[in-house]
Amino acid sequence: NSEMFRNQYDTDVTVWSPQGRLHQVEYATEAVNQGFVCLGVRNENFVVLAALKRSPNDLAAHQRKLQKIDNHMGIAMSGLTADGRSLVKYMRTEALNNKYVYNTPIQGSRLVADLADMHQQCTQSYVRRPYGVGLLIATYDQTGAHLYATEPSGNYFEYYAMAIGSRSQTSRTYLEKEFEAHAFAGCSQEELIKHALKALAASLAGDMELDKKSASIAIVGKDVPFQIVENDGIQRYLDMIVVEGEAEVDTEMVIENPVV
Amino acid sequence: NPNHRCMHLEVYQFLLFLIASSINILITNATINMFAPSNPTTQTTQPIVTGTTILGIKYNGGVMLAADTLASYGSLARYKDVRRIQKVGDRTLVGASGEMSDFQSIMEMLEEMHQSDMNQSDGYFHTPCEFFNYLRAVMYQRRNKGNPLWNQLLVAGCDKGKAPFLGYVDLIGTAYEENFIATGFGAYLAMPLIRERWSADMDEGEARALLEDCLRVLFYRDCRASSRIQIAKATSEEGTLISEPYELATEWETANYDVRHPTTVALDGSSW
Repeated sequence: NSEMFRNQYDTDVTVWSPQGRLHQVEYATEAVNQGFVCLGVRNENFVVLAALKRSPNDLAAHQRKLQKIDNHMGIAMSGLTADGRSLVKYMRTEALNNKYVYNTPIQGSRLVADLADMHQQCTQSYVRRPYGVGLLIATYDQTGAHLYATEPSGNYFEYYAMAIGSRSQTSRTYLEKEFEAHAFAGCSQEELIKHALKALAASLAGDMELDKKSASIAIVGKDVPFQIVENDGIQRYLDMIVVEGEAEVDTEMVIENPVV
Repeated sequence: NPNHRCMHLEVYQFLLFLIASSINILITNATINMFAPSNPTTQTTQPIVTGTTILGIKYNGGVMLAADTLASYGSLARYKDVRRIQKVGDRTLVGASGEMSDFQSIMEMLEEMHQSDMNQSDGYFHTPCEFFNYLRAVMYQRRNKGNPLWNQLLVAGCDKGKAPFLGYVDLIGTAYEENFIATGFGAYLAMPLIRERWSADMDEGEARALLEDCLRVLFYRDCRASSRIQIAKATSEEGTLISEPYELATEWETANYDVRHPTTVALDGSSW
């Protein structure tokens, strides 16, 4: 029933629907869900971000979805990447300013809280629209490794692992299973990267495969400054998970086809 | 480090800067007094109620600050129980020489930062290093506007499990970190003593004794010092601790201006 009257209350972000919803904010979240998937996963020492890059056509380069904010912080974005770039600019300015005034890398939780406030302001203004981008923020600061996600609504949460964007549910399912099994505790950098790539592969449509042009990862952690791995650099990780995937398939076949 | 020795020069340099900027007004007003402040209502031109030396030394396990509890009004020893060393949060100590009202203003600023940390309740608090750098930025900015906070500050502290921190920042924005620092007269009288006796693995007792000896010498020779002192420490395990003020033991028997105890001095009572 609420869907029927949606159109009457969804033109301005400053208008509530009778069901107590802000439809414009929900539409903005829809924009995030339409973007290509990106995900993050962390343990006590490292945070890994992974993103699926897309290119508008074969002649174009793939669009960058992972951005460095500072040596100890980076983000992945999903949705309107132009909105994302504007937020990245803000974050970089804040991080640099903090380094100048306090001679310390900015505390992740503080920056994310400010970011979320910025998002919220756009949901309560007549002259602005909500940001149509979801950010996953990976940071390693004075209180350890953290992964945060912001939404167009201005809400933000901290996660052990999270995936956003189109078909991200399958990625989330993989991450939840792995988290329940071992919570990624004690994983090395390499193991964490492989988990991220496997989760990324889980969200691919049909017969698409991860290749070095479309897959990208970034890692930050204890004694590991934020760095993006893509193109040729990522091929060796892709090879690793292909080998493991084949090994898994082989063992399954043995079980299902008992030797007579 | 040659920069450490020119401690007072920049104060006079600053006065010269102010004079230069007000010469235009003086000429037009045809006044002769070059030291009349031109904008006393909007810009600090001279300190009024002042504190003297602050001492700071790192030792094995932490860092200590020491100071007397006197605030002078020119040559009058006016306020005898002023706390020139104070703490911010659980881990940071700040000691101030110079204008006491500006120190109070600085403490308000720092308290605000700490209160904001508490309100966020995210488990993160600004470290001594961050307070120090914030002050550095503020002091330099005020200097650029020609309206300084007339202080020389020592910021000391020790985060849990981290190395102790000791830094100096002053009214013109000079800022540096060191193992031991003295402001004011201490830079001339106490530093030589500290240089002789300091080592990185001093224990607390040695550090305390060294600071007391320095403050005693300062009381003997600095006309704006008093013998009522405080010593504060910041350690990795216990956080900060500021002692209650206490009197230093002093000896005046050897004072050679006293005719009851003649020593080999010139007839005019001078001594070298």
